[in-house]
Amino acid sequence: MSLTGEKQTGREQTGSSGGPEEKGASGVVALFFIVGLAASLAIGWIVFPKLLYSKSEQPFDFSHVTHADAVGDCESCHFFREDGSYAGVPTLEQCIECHEEVQGESEAERVFVEEYVAEGREVPWKSYSRQPDCVFFSHAAHVKGAQMECAECHGDIGESESLKPYEENKLTGYSRDIWGSNISGMKENSWDRMKMEDCGACHKETMGSKGACFQCHK
Amino acid sequence: MNTEPKETRAKKFGMVIDLDKCTGCGSCMVACSSENNVPVRKDESDKLLSATWIRVYRITNGKEFPDTEICYFPRPCMHCGGKNDDGHSPCVSVCPATATDYDHSTGIVSQIYTRCFGCRYCMAACPYHARYFNWWDPIWPAKIEESLSPDVSPRMRGVVEKCSFCFHRYQKAKDKAYIEERDVEEMEYQTACTQACPSGAITFGDLDNPDHAVYTLKQDKRAFRLLERLHTNPKVYYLSARSWVKRAGDNYVSSEEPTKGPGAYKLEGHGGH
Repeated sequence: MSLTGEKQTGREQTGSSGGPEEKGASGVVALFFIVGLAASLAIGWIVFPKLLYSKSEQPFDFSHVTHADAVGDCESCHFFREDGSYAGVPTLEQCIECHEEVQGESEAERVFVEEYVAEGREVPWKSYSRQPDCVFFSHAAHVKGAQMECAECHGDIGESESLKPYEENKLTGYSRDIWGSNISGMKENSWDRMKMEDCGACHKETMGSKGACFQCHK
Repeated sequence: MNTEPKETRAKKFGMVIDLDKCTGCGSCMVACSSENNVPVRKDESDKLLSATWIRVYRITNGKEFPDTEICYFPRPCMHCGGKNDDGHSPCVSVCPATATDYDHSTGIVSQIYTRCFGCRYCMAACPYHARYFNWWDPIWPAKIEESLSPDVSPRMRGVVEKCSFCFHRYQKAKDKAYIEERDVEEMEYQTACTQACPSGAITFGDLDNPDHAVYTLKQDKRAFRLLERLHTNPKVYYLSARSWVKRAGDNYVSSEEPTKGPGAYKLEGHGGH
């Protein structure tokens, strides 16, 4: 008890020794601190992410819905090759099967046929889900082996009417979809992020361990 | 022998190298380097600074002419399993970055370049000198850059690299097997050096699978492993009918050599590192 009493006395002494000037000074310090904190948070959470990612549009717009209606499923265009590798984004060769001539009246269709099909030029699509060079990702293991749905990693892109802008991390060159759109790294859906810890968490849950390094690295 | 079903059972990939067949031509070294994007330097004469995931050493029996004998000794990474294959490999146990690990499902010791920070503990720990350090970023001649393999990520300055038993070939073979809903066949996963060897001295496969050639070969009475007394439990076996070669495999220093006199050998590597 006596200890507490001494402390209180001490505090009173400090308080009583300061005049109104010092009170004003501490108010200014507090104000600066709050303004500084708010500014830092704003820079860290809003300005920095904007600076970190560059935004660019795809060469022309594309509707997954229209195509899914026409061809039926994902695997018609995003298919496996005979050697087990995954074709990923279709090349001109597959698109030409239907798009030799302009179909419909959309601007994107005109651009595609005139600028790419007619000139035999591959479309420089920007891949949202490209992993770094050190990663070996096997679509065969996940889609064929583990029977996973495309949406589990790719979300609802298959139901999109148009393509979202491509955002690239200026430092790493990776797509924003790898880190996820939430800068704090929080995720709600399984497809919100594609970082190593996301792969590891799912592997641990479904297979009992994250697996050895070489399972996913090369 | 493992009795689990073939598809789920852990593999133990390993190699058997017949030293009596090896002519020292170096095809394995060339095939390995081009398969795995191993960097080349303008001046490759300083072997302390160059990298070769599999290196062919030359040893002699140390005798005067006409009794001189030579043996060529290809040395990939031994993918040591440690005692009882518990994964306690010399390099894995010292790595502070977990940049190298032992895969219990394949028995392969990995090396993850993006994780390695270049302390080189593993190089000091490896009794086989199987690990190499990148002192520089690789600079490829313009034409070679176009022929780099996309299946093996190139290394950057400041990291350690080593033989991976061409693991990317296993990844690709597995992809095909997934599509066809079966297991990887023996001949679908072979390392580049195995396929390049013109005298067929190298055999590769699952050491635990009785159907694979290595399973029988490792039990050959000519078989031995390098520095077996260290209990690193390598997955590379050597075959030789010559007793001095077998003894050289344990590399005793002269004072502790168990048998002296005739057959005493002399280690004479090509530089080494």
